[in-house]
Amino acid sequence: MSAARGPSPESRPSGASRGWLRFAASGAPLVALILAAAALAPWVAPYGEAQFVGGVWDPPNLQHWLGTDNLGRDMFTRLLFGARNTVTLAALATVLAFGLGVTLGFCAAAVGGWVDALVSRAIEILLSVPVLISALMVLSVLGNSLPVLIATIGLLESTRVYTIARAVARGIVVREFVAAARLRGEGLAWVLVREILPNALAPLAAEGGLRFSFIFLFVASLSFLGLGIQPPAADWGSMVRENAQAINFGLAAPLYPATAIALLTIGVNRLVDHYLAAEARP
Amino acid sequence: MAGVTRLIAARVGMGLVTLVVISALLFFATDLLPGDVAAALLGPQATPEALATIRATLSLGDPAGMRYVHWLVGVLHGDFGRSLATGRSVVTVLLPRFANTLALAGLAALVSVPLALGLGLAAAMRPGGRLDRLVSTLCLVTISVPEFFIGYLLILIFSVQLGWLPSLAVLSGGMSFVQRLGAVTLPVITLVLVVLAHMLRMTRAALLSVMAAPYIETALLKGLRRRTVVLRHALPNAAAPIIAVIALNLGYLVVGVVVVEVVFVYPGAGQLMVDAVGKRDLPLVQACGLAFATTYVILNLIADVVAILVNPRLRAA
Amino acid sequence: MSPPLERRDFLRAAALCGTAGALGGIASLSGCAVPDGSGDTTGMLRIGMAGGSTSDSLDPRTYVDWMPINIGYQLMNGLVEIDDQGRAVPELLESWEPQGDARVWTFTLRQGIVFHNGKSLTPEDVIYSLNLHRGHTPSAAQAVVENIVGLRKLDARRIEITLQGADAELPATLSDYRLLVVPDGFADWAHPIGTGAYTLEVFEPGVRCITRKVGGYWKPNAGHVEAIQVLGIGDAIARTNALISGQVDVINRIDGRTADLLRRNSRFQVIRSQTGQYAVFAMNCEAEPYAKADIRLALKYAIDRERLLKTLLNGYGMVGNDQPIPPNNPYFATDLARHAYDPDQARHHLRNAGREGLEVTLEVSDAAFFGALDAAILYQAAAKEAGITLNVRRRPADGYWSAVWMQAPFCGSYSDGRTTVDAAFAKAYKSTSASNETRWHRPEFDRLANLARGELDPARRRELYGVCQHMICDDGGALIPLFMDHIEAGSDKVRGWKPSAIYDLMGQRIGERVWLA
Repeated sequence: MSAARGPSPESRPSGASRGWLRFAASGAPLVALILAAAALAPWVAPYGEAQFVGGVWDPPNLQHWLGTDNLGRDMFTRLLFGARNTVTLAALATVLAFGLGVTLGFCAAAVGGWVDALVSRAIEILLSVPVLISALMVLSVLGNSLPVLIATIGLLESTRVYTIARAVARGIVVREFVAAARLRGEGLAWVLVREILPNALAPLAAEGGLRFSFIFLFVASLSFLGLGIQPPAADWGSMVRENAQAINFGLAAPLYPATAIALLTIGVNRLVDHYLAAEARP
Repeated sequence: MAGVTRLIAARVGMGLVTLVVISALLFFATDLLPGDVAAALLGPQATPEALATIRATLSLGDPAGMRYVHWLVGVLHGDFGRSLATGRSVVTVLLPRFANTLALAGLAALVSVPLALGLGLAAAMRPGGRLDRLVSTLCLVTISVPEFFIGYLLILIFSVQLGWLPSLAVLSGGMSFVQRLGAVTLPVITLVLVVLAHMLRMTRAALLSVMAAPYIETALLKGLRRRTVVLRHALPNAAAPIIAVIALNLGYLVVGVVVVEVVFVYPGAGQLMVDAVGKRDLPLVQACGLAFATTYVILNLIADVVAILVNPRLRAA
Repeated sequence: MSPPLERRDFLRAAALCGTAGALGGIASLSGCAVPDGSGDTTGMLRIGMAGGSTSDSLDPRTYVDWMPINIGYQLMNGLVEIDDQGRAVPELLESWEPQGDARVWTFTLRQGIVFHNGKSLTPEDVIYSLNLHRGHTPSAAQAVVENIVGLRKLDARRIEITLQGADAELPATLSDYRLLVVPDGFADWAHPIGTGAYTLEVFEPGVRCITRKVGGYWKPNAGHVEAIQVLGIGDAIARTNALISGQVDVINRIDGRTADLLRRNSRFQVIRSQTGQYAVFAMNCEAEPYAKADIRLALKYAIDRERLLKTLLNGYGMVGNDQPIPPNNPYFATDLARHAYDPDQARHHLRNAGREGLEVTLEVSDAAFFGALDAAILYQAAAKEAGITLNVRRRPADGYWSAVWMQAPFCGSYSDGRTTVDAAFAKAYKSTSASNETRWHRPEFDRLANLARGELDPARRRELYGVCQHMICDDGGALIPLFMDHIEAGSDKVRGWKPSAIYDLMGQRIGERVWLA
């Protein structure tokens, strides 16, 4: 029996119409819509991000399609700008978290021994401190600029990615084809990229989709602590918190940003599923 | 099993080193934050004399390194010190709250882990099927909603509107076991909804990835039932990331649930640590950190051991 | 292919872990929390309040937040109470008498009052209790009693207090919530002994406290409920939910919109107190550009106070006029200049100072006052109309009072109402005050305020305090846009509940005042 292969790079959906259907259900349209909103917000938004246009929690009407928020700003406008403010931040932090976590995780699994022990213990230490407290400590000392924010979130979240990447890689490293590659004299980097990575794609991709959503919400938690995005900039997670009380009054205000986050999450993760399904098809 | 025993022994040894490092890290990081316990206790009421008196009583004038070493020496004698803010023994303050946290985490884990594994397996057996799509979408919705909002919605429905369950999870000595269970039901459901998606989707993704391998196809072609193939051939190879995700989420259930504690007013260790950091109460911060670090050390150890037991090839690694 | 042996091992291990976890969880649930007698809940008043923390102590020297203060008043009494009209009335003291110029006072103690441990109340107890806050003490009440230079027992019923500066309203000053009376030499703060209606049964700091009635309370028409449970509920939505779902009878600190919601329901009552609590944006008068009086006035005219009142407080408050005495105070000066929102007036002052197009940064956190961040955002939009660029910088709530307050040149802060005008001035406006957040030093103001404090003639005192208010309003660095009402709510079963003149929950004495229908 031949050794397990990674996914075939030649796979392609069969049939043009089924392809379009799959695309539509894939989540790509949702993500594209949100990215478009993020990019075009300043031109498409009916009002200013910080503009006060009505009373507190006005119901939806012709002037304000989704009503107003807890201070009297247009909800729809805030959603558009919220996309812009948070999507970039979350995307960059996710890329950083993934790059760092996967690289370290794979190395630790492939090299093993004391390197694995050392790095894993360091990660354990970082994981033991509740994430809000770690963020508070770092950001209180280093300040609140955007690069520091991205770096902090990326670093803290990379610990979670590391744990999963290492576990996945360990399972692959012990397989015959990796041993065969090593015997052939292939270097560490080659093994990581050509043997481990292709076989680890599915779990890592699933983690990636979810991690993006977690980071998106983490930005809002930081905002609550006074770190992160500065007011009056909109941020979907913070908008849920600011408008949460309206639920007690039977008003739908927090449901708009919550639904927006849900749509983004569904879109991104569906995209991941779609990609995995396409790759897995023989 | 000798390999596993050696692993456990090595990890316990390293675990102790981890604990010392964490205690030092938390000490110096909290000390670096602006203000100290005197300023934090008095807040806007601070007067220079009151501040000076508190600082003198607590020997806050000593250099940080010396205060840390004092604490460490005390710990080696079994004395974890007294809270700077109240003077009460750190252990008497932390233990009941940590027990509460473990109880909540345990219940949430008891419900969420089997559910995640079961539903993940079922979804992976028929990818793209109705169950798979339904479960996937529900998962994605629950992780998009911030935890406090899930809590608020549950309280609104089950406490305020229906009156079935209490909105506060405050436990007291006179309550019966059933009453306690009722008090923590809503926080447990909230936590289950928060962690279920991650474990479920990872189970599904890992299984699907393994099931794409040729030897699975061979097994199916040989006529083996799909369920047998998934459980006996696919699952052990997919176990590694699944175990890692479960360990990560169990760790989160112990260390990361402050928001849920606040919404349900549940007296757990998360809120205690946040309060302690806010008050710059160093001995208490360190004790909380030690409790959490021990949890992660044990969880990671169990995860690695289980991974080895499931996938014997890892024993050599 | 995995041999069956491994899988059995795995399943065994998994089952073991799972069972251990579950058992541990169940065992913890069964075993946690201290056993207590809270099974009997008839006649128990259940309060859910904000203002507790796990670092709370029942030592009156440490009282900074409301939960320990509330519990303190259940267990102990003070010397003087403030009634719902804002007047000082005797509590453990029976009467008082200023000698001549209000620099020396004679106080007569009530007879026949007994502590929970059977000891009778004597002047030594009062002297000891006051001395806890004098000299080298961690108590912030030191600022309140630092005017006392002499404290001695005259006979079995009377004590004499000598002040450095005359204070015509010393009794009101002595009503401070930290000045509670304990037996002479008492120091066991884990089990406080007092003369109050209730004794301590359970105390989990910041979480829960249960007190039980002892019977034979000396105060007439007080101490009705059999027991009181105070729960610490920091989250506002959790507090409201606890009330609506019937888990508590009384909650404090609700916002204006929730108040309206609860009012509409006949199961609940809403109590609104105007205690002089205010929000302030403090400008450092020693820093540029706030050192110029015109800049300060420009910033004062650039904020829309009415809008703030409506949006933030839903009307539950009063518009502030940049000085700390509220409109419902008898000494309030009715002829103060009104700093209503006026962008043109603001621009005019900017031109005078030669700083048109001013740019400043306001640093806030919700730790400063409830809704501070929202207030700053609204201010930012209003100031834009006057050509002022107001940058809002959100700082972490953690460490706000160490790192931002009194450090940043323009930041948010708040103050509770005070029992006397002098106390309000002494807190932040006199040159000698430790919390002079605006660093505003005017010797003339100090002189007038201290003169007024010792002035026994109410009309003359009123006149002097009027001048003081003008000075702060026109020239000071404190932008006070709002006086905030205290709003509390509860079940309609709670009777005898009235608005209070200071603090909330009936001056924090709600435990001994109300009864359950």
